[in-house]
Amino acid sequence: MTLDAPLPDVPLVRLDKVEKWFGRTSALQGVNLEVRRGEFLVFLGRNGAGKSTLLRVVARLVKPNSGRVEVCGIDVLRHPESGRERLGFVGHNSYLYRNLTAFENLQFFARLYDLSDVKDRIQKALQWVGLERSASRPIHGFSRGMQQRLSIARATLHDPEILLLDEPFSGLDLEAAELLGDWLESFVGKGKTVLMATHDLEQGLQGARRWVFVDQGKIAEELTGTDADARDQYKRFLKERRRDVS
Amino acid sequence: MTFLKQAGAIFWKDVLTEFRTKDALTSMLLFGLLVILMFHFAFEPDSMETERFGPGLLWMTFLFAGLLGMNRAFATERENDGLQGLKLAPISWSAIYLGKMLANLCFMLLVEAVILFCFALFFNFNLLPRLGWMCGITLLGTLGFASIGTILAAVSMNTRMSDVMLPILLLPIALPVVIAAVESTAAIFTDPPGEALGFWVKFLVAFNIIFITLPLMMFEYVLEE
Repeated sequence: MTLDAPLPDVPLVRLDKVEKWFGRTSALQGVNLEVRRGEFLVFLGRNGAGKSTLLRVVARLVKPNSGRVEVCGIDVLRHPESGRERLGFVGHNSYLYRNLTAFENLQFFARLYDLSDVKDRIQKALQWVGLERSASRPIHGFSRGMQQRLSIARATLHDPEILLLDEPFSGLDLEAAELLGDWLESFVGKGKTVLMATHDLEQGLQGARRWVFVDQGKIAEELTGTDADARDQYKRFLKERRRDVS
Repeated sequence: MTFLKQAGAIFWKDVLTEFRTKDALTSMLLFGLLVILMFHFAFEPDSMETERFGPGLLWMTFLFAGLLGMNRAFATERENDGLQGLKLAPISWSAIYLGKMLANLCFMLLVEAVILFCFALFFNFNLLPRLGWMCGITLLGTLGFASIGTILAAVSMNTRMSDVMLPILLLPIALPVVIAAVESTAAIFTDPPGEALGFWVKFLVAFNIIFITLPLMMFEYVLEE
């Protein structure tokens, strides 16, 4: 499979006036966003703020009610399959099959993505996440951390341009979270793009430089800086929101 | 071609998972054999009686055993949210339907082969002269049932009490295929085969064409949130 790299000045992800309703509840309200190549962007917000919905709209897992979503210049509402080809998605769940081995799981996804050199790719991916010795073990015996590492191998097997992560640190112990943080940093170091949704500012965000605060389906604030800057700003942001509510 | 390869990958994954756990196959097989055994004791198995109630008994057993397997079709996708993983792949979501439908068909045909053998054994009924027709009708009837059952299993997957919801949705819609399968089986149970055989087989073929094409076109909407 060949993935054409987009022109450098074209945003890798672009959302234009995106709205999403679940019944009468508005999940996204006119969201505009542009993400460039090599950015590590984190969506921060309380539970139900709309962070996950944003990622799911980009992955075209949910269809927005209005607006336009582009991934690598492709309109994902019109061409969802071409858009997904360029994305990897790591969620809270691993999307893996517990009765298949680690190798078989990756082999299955390699077939879905119609990849070539499958064996070689899988071995490299397993090596990258440190699971090459567990390749022939069914994953029901894997710890949460091992499953999450295999989930990253699954999501990056097709060498995507963009990695979407939805609360990837939940349920991980400190060591596994630090490892994941390091991988994400190295992933961005290769010129790839990461979009992550989280409400936990304590773990693995050392590589992130752009922070988007989401509240009630809207982008409330944006800032560029280190995770330490973001932590302070986000605490202030949450305090202000609480004051507004009361 | 890519579409078929992707459907083939999903079929391979479902078959591999099932042969490792044997969850659906075991329950389908046990249920089917128990029904045949119960009816063996409930009726006097002579050839006249078997000709009369045999087709209905066979298809009811196939149907309810199939329902047990159909309920499991998307259960594996619930663990670790596997369906999201499939939806994230750059594939047409119809390939998910085709792969799953073929896997269901494969499991049902395997179980039906054993049930048919036991039926012939317990009811002392010689299936050999009609084996070709029986295989053809079983294949057509099961294909029709699996094609509707798979899409309705996806519809009912996220409902409360999905195990109950699936038969409630499936049985009325599958009624034409059940009638056609029972009638055509009844036609081959008589010697010589009944005149209605041609009509019911054509009906089954037409039904299958419609009910495989429609779900293929509609499955994207079923998976859409």
